[in-house]
Amino acid sequence: MTVTFLWTDILVWLLIVALVAWGYVISHSLQVQRQWRAIFKSSIALVSSIVLLVYLVFALLDSVHFHKAKSSEIVSLLDMAFEHRIKETERTYSAPFASYEYTKSLIVKNGVSRQEYLPLKYVNDESVVKLSLLALSIGVGISFFVILLHIVWRKRKGWKRDIPWHTAYITFTLLVLVFTWLYFLSFNYHVLGTDKVGGDVLYQTLKSIRTGVLIGILTTLITLPLAIFLGVTAGFFRGWVDDVIQYLYTTLNSIPGVLLIAASVLLMQVMMDNNPQWFESTQERSDVRLLFLVIILGITSWTGLCRLLRAETLKISQVEFVTAAKAFGVGRFTIIRKHIIPNLMHIILISIVLDFSGLVLTEAVLSYIGIGVDPTMHSWGNMINQARLEMAREPMVWWSLFSAFVFMFVLVLAVNLFSDRIQTVLDPKNNA
Amino acid sequence: MFSYIIKRLLHAIPILIGVNLITFMLFFMVNTPDDMARSQLGAKRVTPQMIEAWKVDKGYDKPLFVNDKEEGLGKVTETLFMQESIKLFSFDFGFSDANRNIVEDIKERMIPSLSIALPTFVIALITNISLALLLVLFRGSALDTSMMIIAVMIMSISTLFYIIAGQVLFSKMWHWVPISGYASGWEGIKFIILPVMIGVFSGIGAGVRWYRSIFLEQINQDYVRTARAKGLSELRVLFGHVLGNGMLPILTGVVVVIPSLFMGSLIMESFFGIPGLGSYTIDAIHAQDFGIVKAMVFLGSVLYIIGLILTDISYTLFDPRVKLGA
Repeated sequence: MTVTFLWTDILVWLLIVALVAWGYVISHSLQVQRQWRAIFKSSIALVSSIVLLVYLVFALLDSVHFHKAKSSEIVSLLDMAFEHRIKETERTYSAPFASYEYTKSLIVKNGVSRQEYLPLKYVNDESVVKLSLLALSIGVGISFFVILLHIVWRKRKGWKRDIPWHTAYITFTLLVLVFTWLYFLSFNYHVLGTDKVGGDVLYQTLKSIRTGVLIGILTTLITLPLAIFLGVTAGFFRGWVDDVIQYLYTTLNSIPGVLLIAASVLLMQVMMDNNPQWFESTQERSDVRLLFLVIILGITSWTGLCRLLRAETLKISQVEFVTAAKAFGVGRFTIIRKHIIPNLMHIILISIVLDFSGLVLTEAVLSYIGIGVDPTMHSWGNMINQARLEMAREPMVWWSLFSAFVFMFVLVLAVNLFSDRIQTVLDPKNNA
Repeated sequence: MFSYIIKRLLHAIPILIGVNLITFMLFFMVNTPDDMARSQLGAKRVTPQMIEAWKVDKGYDKPLFVNDKEEGLGKVTETLFMQESIKLFSFDFGFSDANRNIVEDIKERMIPSLSIALPTFVIALITNISLALLLVLFRGSALDTSMMIIAVMIMSISTLFYIIAGQVLFSKMWHWVPISGYASGWEGIKFIILPVMIGVFSGIGAGVRWYRSIFLEQINQDYVRTARAKGLSELRVLFGHVLGNGMLPILTGVVVVIPSLFMGSLIMESFFGIPGLGSYTIDAIHAQDFGIVKAMVFLGSVLYIIGLILTDISYTLFDPRVKLGA
């Protein structure tokens, strides 16, 4: 078993390393510390950031891939944890926690044919209570351990009481409990049911987290450099540079976003179909497609932020301290680095978080239209797309849709609430 | 006024040329006509002669940008780029893969698209603004806070969920409206109600938040304080001063989308089986019909640019500070 890195894995880990390094650097600034303390004073922000962390952990667990020995299969840590549910697929639909199939099937017994609910193959009704208790106690153990560590750390840091940590502890414990319980029961049940070909819905939903989170964060990785560079340049240098950049984003902006994405994805598809030799496995293929999608989304979505940054840079470069710096003979790039960029930080941060939630929702729509991630890749959009037809069945098969929507909703809601808080604290307009 | 409009129109030309260049690069340079021929002809054993024949048949047999065989101006004009640009600018979109005239199809499908998009737009505008005004009137109260939380929740749910839930509840379980379909005239109203309601509802969260923030920004201004100091009631301040002055930022966001209403909504139309431009585009995407997608990209851009021009014009009409021709 050897570790392999898919393209998106490399990017996501690089991004995490960069974020941690950046966080470490700016954490020395007193102002930044005060701002973040102010953000987390609200328990809503604290709770949503913990939810986000949990999603991030799942995405990262799913971003460590191994090449299995003696086969071309690539599995992630999450796949390994759910190995029992990948292999043990049922025949067809089954409801959450069901022990029998969802629809009757024709069986012939002793020459008589009858309609009957067949029992599921990989469900075990025994010792559920015992298993649940075990799961809950392990969950409590884990969360107590983590909370204890955190309390010790707080003590060493000087025991400040302004952040509502108890709310955080409760949220954390609840989340850990829910997920350990789901995980332990997944050995005995299909906790969220199975889909048309008998695949486990819980596993699919958890796998989709990576797709959603990656599209959200990697796209900003493309957007940010473009938007910051072009926006600041346009606002600072003005003149023909400004004209060219404005022309560029007005033109790009005037092409309807979905259609531009659709056209690009279609062309990419044709290109990949014409060159099947580029990819060794379907996983690599879908990974490259995800990367392409992220790049396309990035190219189509930097214009909004760029326009904001340009306007703000225009405003800032008129302010006295910039004029003073110019008068002192400070170089232009030093002014941009020391005076302009730090004053744009709040806009950048707010738009990163806001874009993230939008992108998660966009992924679902794009996959529904058929121009999103690869159909073989697990994503909420693909789940919804496949489950859509099942709504017409009588009785309704609702669990695939339900799981995808709930997981998506929680993620997007957490991001939106968090971005609201960031906006309240960081936007200078609110401090007036 | 007239010269101002002409000026704005002239400004639009370079943008349109840019759009045209981007579309051309997307559709002809990333995938050259040779690639297209290969994937259209399908088979593995495609001879160069077959490719040439396909290109001649489609009119793609000229070089992309520079034609070395021609003399003088012909070097630039006798190329695929010029040929395709001229076609697009004269709104000649050619034929789809199913051999239908794309322009005729678009004309036919505009009305169904509009019959969904226009009511949605108008109703959403009215509801969002009135709800936002209500919240601003009661700002800081429990009503305001709870409504804002609800708004964030509405925003966080995927449109796909509203559509599916709406269809299941109103069509499948309660049989109030047909699940999908379309008819023209008064007959069609029963098909339109559900998509319009869903369209309005799914946008209500983001909409109310946006209008509310616009009005709140106005309400902290000095002129509002003066109005209150004169003894005007809160309602008169709100409708007389805040709403009027809030119109400007609202115009920027609203006018620009009006022409694009013609394009319809991709997912709404495909879910509800409405034969508009949205479902036309989706079908084209599924069938990989590049001709239609190209036409829609160009049409969408043109409509957006018209929206930009309309925004500028509406500014000069509503904001006395903006001078004509300046």
